[in-house]
Amino acid sequence: MSLLVAQDLHKSFGRTRALEGAGLTIRAGEIVAVMGPSGSGKSTLLHCLAGILPPDSGTVTYRDRELTTMSDSARSELRRTEFGFVFQFGQLVPELTCLENVALPLRLSGVKRRDAERAAREWMARLEVDAVADQRPGETSGGQGQRVAVARALVTGPKVVFADEPTGALDSLNGERVMHLLTTAARETGAAVVLVTHEPRVAAYSDREVVVRDGRSRDVEFVR
Amino acid sequence: MSIGHALLGLLEGGPRHGYDLKRAYDERFGHDRPLHYGQVYSTLSRLLKNGFVSEAGVEAGDGPERKRYAITDAGVTDVERWLGTPEKPEPYLQNTLYAKVVLALLSGRSATEVLDAQRSAHLATMRGLTRRKSDGDLADQLICDFALFHLEADLRWLELTAARLDELAEEIAK
Repeated sequence: MSLLVAQDLHKSFGRTRALEGAGLTIRAGEIVAVMGPSGSGKSTLLHCLAGILPPDSGTVTYRDRELTTMSDSARSELRRTEFGFVFQFGQLVPELTCLENVALPLRLSGVKRRDAERAAREWMARLEVDAVADQRPGETSGGQGQRVAVARALVTGPKVVFADEPTGALDSLNGERVMHLLTTAARETGAAVVLVTHEPRVAAYSDREVVVRDGRSRDVEFVR
Repeated sequence: MSIGHALLGLLEGGPRHGYDLKRAYDERFGHDRPLHYGQVYSTLSRLLKNGFVSEAGVEAGDGPERKRYAITDAGVTDVERWLGTPEKPEPYLQNTLYAKVVLALLSGRSATEVLDAQRSAHLATMRGLTRRKSDGDLADQLICDFALFHLEADLRWLELTAARLDELAEEIAK
């Protein structure tokens, strides 16, 4: 079943054309690597897919709902309840403990503190970072911080997790651990993952790859 | 490296005699290992027997007469098939891949498609290794990582080449 469908996306930043007719389809529960050289438009594609950036033209449809025509508040709610996000850097709130960070998306959705923190602890254990629950992000290692971020992305039970270079700042071993835990958890919960990466070993955790070049995406599955 | 396919690819530019083919091959692909004349003529006679080349007249010169060879339709089809078939992913196949890219560019075919097909084949192998690693013990993980890093090196070369195709096309057109 198609969960998220992007068609003919165009997006420019000033005179720079980032997307020129990109499109792709994500099915429920699949892990798709979006690959391509730096500046090819893969991060812009992810931001448009996730409703973070509005495309200049083209459509993004999530479960028959058109993201591009939704109100800002409806799109924010969709992002908070249906999507999870993992970025390369700077996604955790430095003033909060790791536990509070993981519980944050649930708190924003109105879940009581005690329930939110219980769910957060379960996810932190699953991502093997329960030991840093009471530390602040600045006190953890890069690998631990990224696993905290993965726990936060998964705590709401999202249908799609958007991961933009999630191992970009990590060494090989920590990167492997993050990818293994992220993809295992996503497969267990049935979440789809849109994984932007330029690293082939990271892309090898996916079910298939889509290549973005010069703002156009080549969905290998449909070419085959 | 399939010498037969490389010679067929070179013949797509027009009929040539054996010596000329050897020179063209050595210039493009034989930096470290130039072809022996014997290899050229035995390969050409095999291609002739298989119907992939035909004799296209004799060039008169000061020395002995030189037979010219032309690629046949069956030969073109065979080159197409070769270019369209991804190499089995394994380390150190860059020579063949490089030749495929150059010949695709020389013949006006899509070098991007050659690279995309190879990327796809490499990633499929890497997925298999990653799954095996996830299910295996540390020894499995290390063995798979060895293969994964080598395959990743191939892929990094592929990406770099894909990014420099226009530059390469200009270079070989000189």
